[in-house]
Amino acid sequence: MKPIDMKTVEEKRQEILSILKEPTYTHEQKVTYLARRAENFLTVLDEPEGLSELMRCDVEERCICNLFEGEAPYRPRYICPDYEKFFKNGSVFLQLDPPKDLFEALNNLLILYHNVPSITNYPVYLGDLDTLLEPFAAGLDDETIMRALRLFFINVDRTILDSFAHADIGPRKTRMGSLILKVEAELENAVPNITMRVSDETEDDFLLEAVQCALRCAKPSFANDKMFRPEFDKGDYCIASCYNGLYKGGGSYTLSRLLLANIAKRSKDLKDFRDNQLPYVMDVMARYMDARVRFLVEESGFFENSFLVKEGLISRNRFTAMYGMVGLAECCNILLEKECKQGRFGHSEAADQLGVEIMNWIDEFNLKHAAPYCECTDGHYLLHSQVGIDSDHGISPGTRIPIGEEPDELIDHLKNINLYQKYFPSGTGDIFPVDLTVHKNPAFVTDIIRGSFKLDIRYLSFYGSDSDVVRVTGYLVKRSEMEKLQKGENVRQNTTGLGLGAKDNCKALDRRVR
Amino acid sequence: MLALINKIIPFSSVDGPGNRTAIFLQGCNFNCQYCHNPETIKVCVHCGACLDYCPTGALYREGGKVQYDHTKCAFCDECFKHCPNSSSPRIRLMTAQDVMRQVDRNMPFIRGITVSGGECTQQAGFLYELLALARKKGLDTLLDSNGSYDFSKDEKLLNVTDGVMLDVKAWDMQEHLRVTGCSNELVLSNLRFLAEIGKLEEVRTVIVPGLFNTEDTVRQVSRALAPHLQTRSIRYKIIAYRPMGVRSEYQSLRSPAREELEKHEKIARAEGMRDIVLI
Repeated sequence: MKPIDMKTVEEKRQEILSILKEPTYTHEQKVTYLARRAENFLTVLDEPEGLSELMRCDVEERCICNLFEGEAPYRPRYICPDYEKFFKNGSVFLQLDPPKDLFEALNNLLILYHNVPSITNYPVYLGDLDTLLEPFAAGLDDETIMRALRLFFINVDRTILDSFAHADIGPRKTRMGSLILKVEAELENAVPNITMRVSDETEDDFLLEAVQCALRCAKPSFANDKMFRPEFDKGDYCIASCYNGLYKGGGSYTLSRLLLANIAKRSKDLKDFRDNQLPYVMDVMARYMDARVRFLVEESGFFENSFLVKEGLISRNRFTAMYGMVGLAECCNILLEKECKQGRFGHSEAADQLGVEIMNWIDEFNLKHAAPYCECTDGHYLLHSQVGIDSDHGISPGTRIPIGEEPDELIDHLKNINLYQKYFPSGTGDIFPVDLTVHKNPAFVTDIIRGSFKLDIRYLSFYGSDSDVVRVTGYLVKRSEMEKLQKGENVRQNTTGLGLGAKDNCKALDRRVR
Repeated sequence: MLALINKIIPFSSVDGPGNRTAIFLQGCNFNCQYCHNPETIKVCVHCGACLDYCPTGALYREGGKVQYDHTKCAFCDECFKHCPNSSSPRIRLMTAQDVMRQVDRNMPFIRGITVSGGECTQQAGFLYELLALARKKGLDTLLDSNGSYDFSKDEKLLNVTDGVMLDVKAWDMQEHLRVTGCSNELVLSNLRFLAEIGKLEEVRTVIVPGLFNTEDTVRQVSRALAPHLQTRSIRYKIIAYRPMGVRSEYQSLRSPAREELEKHEKIARAEGMRDIVLI
């Protein structure tokens, strides 16, 4: 381990003290942040040369961001347990038998959730709840099932303290799927996040129920099953955290992201960007991720000691990692300006085509880079269109059109999205607030989903423009909770703070209403 | 065949079920007091009254006619707000093929098209062509009509139309004359005829308290439709009058309160209507 100087130690001590004293943090939040500060005293990673200059520099110049993952990874960023196996076998470690009825099933799930770590310390994947629970619906009336689900979801919302916790439903209609939507629309909670897989097999009335629910509480989002299924062997994928496609029984070791806008800024022109700057930064980031993966797999002991591995709920060989990027829009605009060419991303063919070329370069690089311990994804990382964080000033999430610059017509917006979403098996998505009048015509939204999923559009979210629960960038937040936090009160969920930052710094709630 | 096109909305959530491209034709034979788009009523006479109000130079006079360059337009609507003739200088002459090219861009996100107005049936020859083209692409076709066209005598139009969304402005003839300046004889016979043959998609009534007997209109319309709901479910949209876009001389009309609107819903429901939407 490399030594650190006393000046750094003193800075870290001050950070720790300010966390201890922060009036808006709950106890759990303080513990989480303190643990991260402890981890960050370590210098154990075999970092590539040049990383610090690209990552630990002034925010205006930063080209690589590790999303505060910490300096010594001791658990994978995202863990997606095989809940089917958990129901079949129970758990020796947790002293749980396989559930015999709905009440045992829900209770077992709640217990397991508290033992599934992630980068946030909360589970990011809660299972395919409709098909998992469907066998237990037999013999119970709707009211009984809804009562049980209501208590279950209230428990989840009040104890899993961020909205990266993600449950999946679909593509086929089940009784449980419909009842989950009904209960969620009624509760209007921010947690869990929900995705519905949509395929040609998805019944129209089920999709309509889901859209009606989304207009109430900003969930579910909609995933194009036709795109995800062939990208994951046997179609065995789940949607976790914001919108990330990952293997069930596996997950993602880590996620770093390229800040494309800042890479464009440091380039002399398009040629310099293509030939020098982008390849250099991509290489440093890939090798940084390699180092993180190696430490986690080879040294942290996680995969040797976690009961999740021992009981087969996850397997090391079903993990990959996510190679992320943000700011494609600004990157294209900056490069066009440097080339003295007209056009803005989302509004000109030149800019949109440049975006496609850049994505092709990133994709080609990723497919050439041999990533360690990523057997399940052919020895490569999966590209990820990252949703942004509140410190991203003037850098749009992933490949999104900047908020405030959305095309007048939704059709033009969708055509832009259609160019980019195909590159990202491990997650991308766009969000549309919809005007209330649609409440009387939810089929307007189902038509857009069906049309999109005939094309190369992978993932879409909608919410009612006057709802309390809203989707900020990928996760859900209650406006009423943000107001409390703004007044300096404690709030339960960590994502409320992220949402408030994104609202203030990234105009995240000012999207064009459709 | 060329048609006068007022505007095309690529994605509309309010012109029929699902997502549709809505095409607004210019020209209407009614002159409803509460018309929300009075600029769609008449055809431009090139008087030039709008020219001074255009802030971007999109409107100019050439060859004695007012010309419009949509690439310069800021869509501020100042031109038609100042039109003394209930028209707009922003009308384009387009063929059915021209319109269909614009519709094509919106596929596969739309399920159909709705042709509205103005009164679209005034340009029936254009409708035959456009609706047939849309049908060929697998899109469904709806018409928005004031009911002044005798649908029973135009099989050709019915053959390419999946449904009509019909306005019933008032049930009583005298009231209808006062509201629209025209008789409702054909409107009411269309109401029955279209319901009977399963081509009535939706009926709309705008509730303007005091202008006509709104409760009686809703009651009579519902009563006429109820026997036909077995053939096809028919939506009744009961719409609150709002002053947006309405000409200044009619601005004194009153918007109904929510409770008044709900009272009309009860009346329709009591007559057997099931799919009722209050707007």
